Amino acid sequence: MEPIIQTEQLSHIYSANTPFEQTALDKVDFTAYRGEYLGIIGHTGSGKSTLIQHLNGLLKPTSGRVLFEGKDIWETKERIRQTRFQVGLVFQYPEYQLFEETVYKDIAFGPKNMGLDEKEIDRRVRQAAQFVDLADQVLEQSPFELSGGQKRRVAIAGVIAMEPAVLILDEPTAGLDPVGVESILRNIHDYHTAKNATILIVSHSMEEVARTVDRLVVVDNGKIPFSGPPREVFAHGEELERMGLGVPAMTRVFHRLRALGAEIDPSVYTVEQAKAAVLAVLERRGGGKGAV
Amino acid sequence: MALKDITLGQYFPGSTILHRLDPRTKILCTVAYIIALFLAKNLPGYLILLAVLCALTVVSKVGFGAVLRGMKPIFIIIVFTAVLNLFYTPGQGEPLLSFWVFRVYAEGIWAAVFMILRIAMLITCTFLLTYTTSPILLTDGLEKLLNPLKAVHVPVHELAMMMSIALRFIPTLIEETDKIMSAQKARGADFDTGGLMQKARALVPLLVPLFISAFRRADELAVAMECRCYHGGEGRTRMRVLKLGTADVLALAGGAVLCVLVVLLGRIF
Repeated sequence: MEPIIQTEQLSHIYSANTPFEQTALDKVDFTAYRGEYLGIIGHTGSGKSTLIQHLNGLLKPTSGRVLFEGKDIWETKERIRQTRFQVGLVFQYPEYQLFEETVYKDIAFGPKNMGLDEKEIDRRVRQAAQFVDLADQVLEQSPFELSGGQKRRVAIAGVIAMEPAVLILDEPTAGLDPVGVESILRNIHDYHTAKNATILIVSHSMEEVARTVDRLVVVDNGKIPFSGPPREVFAHGEELERMGLGVPAMTRVFHRLRALGAEIDPSVYTVEQAKAAVLAVLERRGGGKGAV
Repeated sequence: MALKDITLGQYFPGSTILHRLDPRTKILCTVAYIIALFLAKNLPGYLILLAVLCALTVVSKVGFGAVLRGMKPIFIIIVFTAVLNLFYTPGQGEPLLSFWVFRVYAEGIWAAVFMILRIAMLITCTFLLTYTTSPILLTDGLEKLLNPLKAVHVPVHELAMMMSIALRFIPTLIEETDKIMSAQKARGADFDTGGLMQKARALVPLLVPLFISAFRRADELAVAMECRCYHGGEGRTRMRVLKLGTADVLALAGGAVLCVLVVLLGRIF
């Protein structure tokens, strides 16, 4: 697979040379591949937000490099700006950044800044609205008349309209009801499949990300202790709990079973996998008889 | 963006004697110090005031670094006033330096030096007040001090409450500004380049969300306060009742002595 974003020995220190000095990232090597659906998990203050703000050049590394498509994003001023269009970043609670009179104009803000012509902007705004299930009549409304969930959709559409090759979302489902969570995650997935875009989803909820991502990156204390497919990461159940990250309920049950002495694979995280793991144990015990 | 580095009016938690003094004492002593500063006419007066200020800074454990950093935003003003004083103070005798329309006299140099000292010390002593007093205590103290004005129908309590709320939300708003700026930059907003008009227009995507969120916060806060039965200052009791102790009396006496001393020094020399 071809890397699209990489960091090399990336460090970031806040308020350097003051009593409030704080190392947020410590020599992090991170890679995201083209077309990948990646989950970044970490506790509050682990450095995950700092990491993603480096990926589109909002924060400047204290040391180390950030590469987009193999080239340093800090090479020239123009390159930073181009990177920001290529690497779309949706902040936490993005609905607070809406400012235009109509939803249409707000979604068009990004494409307009890219210097596209009217027709292309119109196409992108309508397509972005479609990705997040916004009806056509909503486009002419003021964003401040909408419900919280709809505002969130408008804000996400505002970034999608730039058609970034990499879409980073910081806790996109925070504060939404379960139905809202499902539909936003589905919208993001639709964008991923339609444009073969790389998606980075930041979350502190394992359960939520585990179901959708190809790969998980764990950030703890400014470092990346593990990364890999969800099953591999969840095999480190105890260490994850120590970092204050709950593993999915299913994984926790199976870790407990293993602690009780059952010969069972503890890296499961969905009901299907759990069923398969239980059946595998029963098989080994002979013909499905006997309890686990 | 250097927004986060602003330390103006920020409280440094601590438990030094300066932190523990009654806020009313500290406000009055700050006022006394400022009066002394304007009464000071000559070098001995300034030296004493400077020595007192240095001693207080050491006692407060705030650190000279923090004091100097706090001075950064007003650096230009200091330089500007100093330069004006340097060139526009008329003096007797020969000018030390003269070119084109400018004449620099010895008196001008002294005036500039004193002006720098005066502004820097003025800022530092008010910084010491806000560095060592939490905003809540500060407004509590102000409210108590201004209490007599209630007799002439000044809404002292309401003003104090407004002030403490405003102080409380400064850091929140700064953080919010930072966040919205980043979010708009991520959508390609450009705050740094272009002419004046372009720069002003670039602020719209920042100011609109900021105002909206400020109003939203105000609304939420008002509801939260009403839920806790807030209805103004009438009959409101305090969790922390301010009490003047021995240290406060001594500090107040010290402030008075300082004023008198400076005046006397002005007369003698």
